[in-house]
Amino acid sequence: MEPVAIIGVGQTAFGPNRKDRTYADLVYEATTAALTDAGLSIAHIDNIVTASNDFFDGRTISSMAVGDACGAAFGEGKSISTVEGDGAFAALYGLSRILSGSYETTLVVAHSKSSEGDLRLLTNVFFDPLTERSLGLDWISAAALQARVFFKEKNIGNIECGNVIVKNRAYGAKNPKAHIKKPLTIDEALRSPLVAAPLKETDICPSSDGAAAIILASESFAKKKSERPVWIRGMGLSADAPLGERNLAESKALRLAAGRAYQMAGIDNPSAQIDLVELSEQFSYQELLWLDELNYRNSSRVNLSGGCLSAHAWIVSGLARMIEASLQLRGQAANQASSVRRALAHGQYGLCGQSHSVWILES
Amino acid sequence: MVQKNRLKRSDFIFVESGEAFQPFEYSVGMEGSRFFTELRDRKKFFGLRCPSCRKVYVPPRKVCGPCFKTMDEWVEVGPMGTLSAFTILRFPFIDPETGEKKPVPYGYAFILLDGASTQFQHFLKVDPDWPPTIGIRVKPVFEENRQGKLSDIRHFEAA
Repeated sequence: MEPVAIIGVGQTAFGPNRKDRTYADLVYEATTAALTDAGLSIAHIDNIVTASNDFFDGRTISSMAVGDACGAAFGEGKSISTVEGDGAFAALYGLSRILSGSYETTLVVAHSKSSEGDLRLLTNVFFDPLTERSLGLDWISAAALQARVFFKEKNIGNIECGNVIVKNRAYGAKNPKAHIKKPLTIDEALRSPLVAAPLKETDICPSSDGAAAIILASESFAKKKSERPVWIRGMGLSADAPLGERNLAESKALRLAAGRAYQMAGIDNPSAQIDLVELSEQFSYQELLWLDELNYRNSSRVNLSGGCLSAHAWIVSGLARMIEASLQLRGQAANQASSVRRALAHGQYGLCGQSHSVWILES
Repeated sequence: MVQKNRLKRSDFIFVESGEAFQPFEYSVGMEGSRFFTELRDRKKFFGLRCPSCRKVYVPPRKVCGPCFKTMDEWVEVGPMGTLSAFTILRFPFIDPETGEKKPVPYGYAFILLDGASTQFQHFLKVDPDWPPTIGIRVKPVFEENRQGKLSDIRHFEAA
């Protein structure tokens, strides 16, 4: 693959209820932050890919409501396209557009406001209307099923998950962008009330409002215009079978996505060759499950941003992981690790990790 | 970007659906809050003018798309306007805010409020003695009890 770089990143602070801002406002904030970070103006952007979900936004063609805010109407108007799914999947679309040779720069921006919709209801409609929906399943109850199966398979439980929560919440407490900035002890995690057994309240990511944007550029543009490009060295995307038709104790889709990304980047020993991982874990157990499938053993180098357990806006989280990994590679992260040369960023979408994308990024 | 909007949090308007179930709770934003507050309290229409192209957006929004610039110059427009498109509806419509059925026939219109650059959309009074035509002058009729929402305007009618 020809080298493509991330030359600008921007994200809003994530919060429980940004009532004073519309989602267009959040998109404008993330877009202008990414442009400023890249030292560019909107005139430098060749095309735009947005990520949103019409159900979450409560309107069809939800991307239209953010067209002005992301610069799509600038001048005579720019080429704009939309992904309904995680922001990191939109980044793949953006990457493809640059690799096509038609564009030098692509702005990728994702938004959602959990506070504007009823997430239990909105994720219930992910299910089949005839055979599943009326049973009331949603993103949390589906994950509880996965957690149960995974716990049995690995012979682990709430203590192992508690350690993940304590680590991520400690990092989140020091990340100014995080939604939850309160550290948690293992006792507090274990005493947290059950929501859907075996998941407790603190096992579940917060539902945040926010937006994130990155600017991708061709090699020649990045070398001319960027002082600190982050290079995309590998990526993989894979979608799994429906919920009832796969083994929930594993994630074949993530394994395949990671395998492709590792192959592209020339990685055969992830734990030794990857300095840092930013994961999309909507639930504490998912960090353990996803790390298994990534074959990554350095658990102390995972989610130094605080991960999704500290801030999780649907649609935005994968792009936020790419941004946090990029900031680590640039030496500008909130919980900066030493000598980060190569990082992995992960995005997921759907129920129990239906689809995954894996990105290998280098400074 | 510094928002030169003087609204306080207490100025926010909450529009509720009464008994009608709504899965969404939309934010109207700072600009929309000012717009609906002026409508409710003073029966006035306000828009935002782009510092670059001078276009006046009604209802107001934060960003002028073609210029990619934030706007903070508030401009009073209307209340008089010019009818630029309309239809008379013969089928009923369930108001998603209230769940109530809108009686037919009713008129629906695009109105260019005096001083605005964008079309304002609202109901048009159906009056057999005064059939509307594109280009006629129209004025808003306000409700007595206004709550800071679009239905604070009953409809527009021939001026």
